Amino acid sequence: MAVVETRHLTKVFKQGELGAVNDVNLATHEGEFLVFLGPSGSGKTTLLRMIAGLETPTSGEILIGGQVVNQLSPRERRIAMVFQSYALYPHLSVYNNISFPLKAQKVPKHLHRQKVEWAAGLLGIGKLLDRKPRELSGGERQRVALARAIVREPAVFLLDEPLSNLDAKLRASAREELEQFHKSIGTTTIYVTHDQVEAMAMGDRIVVLHQGVVRQIGTPKEVYEDPADTFVATFLGSPPMNLLQFSDLIVGFRPESFLPVDLLPAGKHATFRYKINYVEYLGAERVLYGAIEGGKFESKEIVSRLSWTMPAGYDAGAVHDFAVAESDLRFFDRKTEKRTHPQTYPWQ
Amino acid sequence: MTDRKLGALMFAPAVLFILLLIGAPFVLAVLYAFSDVRIGSTGFHFVGLENFRSILQSPSFRQALQNSIVFTIGAETIVIVCSNILSIALEKPFLGRGFVRFLILLPWVAPVSLGTIGWKWILDSIYSVITWVLVALHFYKPYGAPMWLGEPHLAMASVILVHCWRLIPFSTVIMLAGRSAIPKEIPEAASIDGAGFWRTLFQINIPMMTPIISIAVLFGIIFTFTDMTVVFILTAGGPFDSTQTLPSLAFATGVQGSDLAAGAAISLFLVPVLVAVAYMMLRVAHRAEVV
Repeated sequence: MAVVETRHLTKVFKQGELGAVNDVNLATHEGEFLVFLGPSGSGKTTLLRMIAGLETPTSGEILIGGQVVNQLSPRERRIAMVFQSYALYPHLSVYNNISFPLKAQKVPKHLHRQKVEWAAGLLGIGKLLDRKPRELSGGERQRVALARAIVREPAVFLLDEPLSNLDAKLRASAREELEQFHKSIGTTTIYVTHDQVEAMAMGDRIVVLHQGVVRQIGTPKEVYEDPADTFVATFLGSPPMNLLQFSDLIVGFRPESFLPVDLLPAGKHATFRYKINYVEYLGAERVLYGAIEGGKFESKEIVSRLSWTMPAGYDAGAVHDFAVAESDLRFFDRKTEKRTHPQTYPWQ
Repeated sequence: MTDRKLGALMFAPAVLFILLLIGAPFVLAVLYAFSDVRIGSTGFHFVGLENFRSILQSPSFRQALQNSIVFTIGAETIVIVCSNILSIALEKPFLGRGFVRFLILLPWVAPVSLGTIGWKWILDSIYSVITWVLVALHFYKPYGAPMWLGEPHLAMASVILVHCWRLIPFSTVIMLAGRSAIPKEIPEAASIDGAGFWRTLFQINIPMMTPIISIAVLFGIIFTFTDMTVVFILTAGGPFDSTQTLPSLAFATGVQGSDLAAGAAISLFLVPVLVAVAYMMLRVAHRAEVV
């Protein structure tokens, strides 16, 4: 096990253009499951590839286990990586795919079968060892890729969107298995995804990236409840945080905090008159799309999320008093879009 | 016009081409091989296997058959190794790659006869620039340098190398296509798994390129086994039949020596090899489609 650290890590593909990764400083904890989360083009895969040694940084340092590894080739870094496409060797059987790293690292031959069987057993693919990758389903391929990664017991695991090729149902179960798997082996893992649900569910901590810059590093609870800026506030959460602009501030609140006023517990509230335009029925919850009526925020569009346990009557066309507890309001500077200290404000 | 008729009409030129330019001469060659036809003869007498019997007893034929095998295997081995190396060198972008690719492709686009005539001068016994350089560098005394086309082993080596010079570009283009069809992540995964350059090359890249390498090899065999231009221009089969191959012997016997029947019989010995290669090509193509 080892800690991965980056210091002022930057990657510029074309001189004069904006870097794909800009001055990234981060460090994993021992045995942690760290998630790089960001939209496509945010630099998360480039960052991972630099840690793997597949991409040379323009500047900055990468440390694995306290040692600077910038000059080391991928094989000298003692890492294992699972690619988005799995990158299984199509001409080799599952057994030979899994034993390839052992051969390449010159592990004594008599240990191969035992290690392959251990890895295959851990992932439940012991019966597939004679098959070729093309004879496997998406989920099975993913497990073979994982088995190939763990077989030589790496110091660090790098996973590049390994679930994105699976269908939605399989993805949920694979996610759970991956979490169990990480718990059982306890190796420091860096996981890249653009799927916030995956990030929230699996990550010990999340690194939110945008345009090659780290916007926030924190536990899922921290990045969701206390976003560092408006990007994090709107990128996490579906539907995203509601943002209202006034003077030099932006105030934000989550759709699930914007509730009918009589359902809120006593305390300080910001209350609005809310006209519901239409309702999405999602089974366990209803998402209301509407706008504020009257006051300073007249006709600002707001989304609210109500649990299925809430009373009926919140239908399209209805107008109700909705409110947010003041403790649920988040404030951002309008210029920098960064978090700023809470303020009291005459909401009406 | 119905679709059926239109289809037949569109298809007709290809069928005519094959029937008139390949089918008819082939049937004629088979007929001649069992006859006593010579250039200028008016009659046609069936002589059974007589032509084949006399060819098989001829030392020239046996030498030509052996030369054809050496020529094909030697040239193909060099071509495949060199084109593989070139495809590795030309895969990654570098300054001037486009120009280098163009230069490498030149021997293939230049007419065979012109290129080979150029080589005939380069390897000439008196005017050879290679000899001149070797003498100037004092590797040989003046008039003591090897005769590239005049000594049996050197002549064969020269013919093979000139043919390689011509065939390597074609093979390189095929190899480059095969190499760029390997997803980028696969060699990357191999490098992370701990494989170095050689292991990645021999255990990952080359096995993954097998279908396309097979195509390059099979095309190369056809081009080499049936080629007579290089041999004919450089050495005309000499010295002492040491570079004579089946096609050049068939031409020398049938056209230059007027014995059409014997020439046809010699050329029929190419058929089994070509049929086997064609069958294997179809199999490879079929398999490549299925995978």
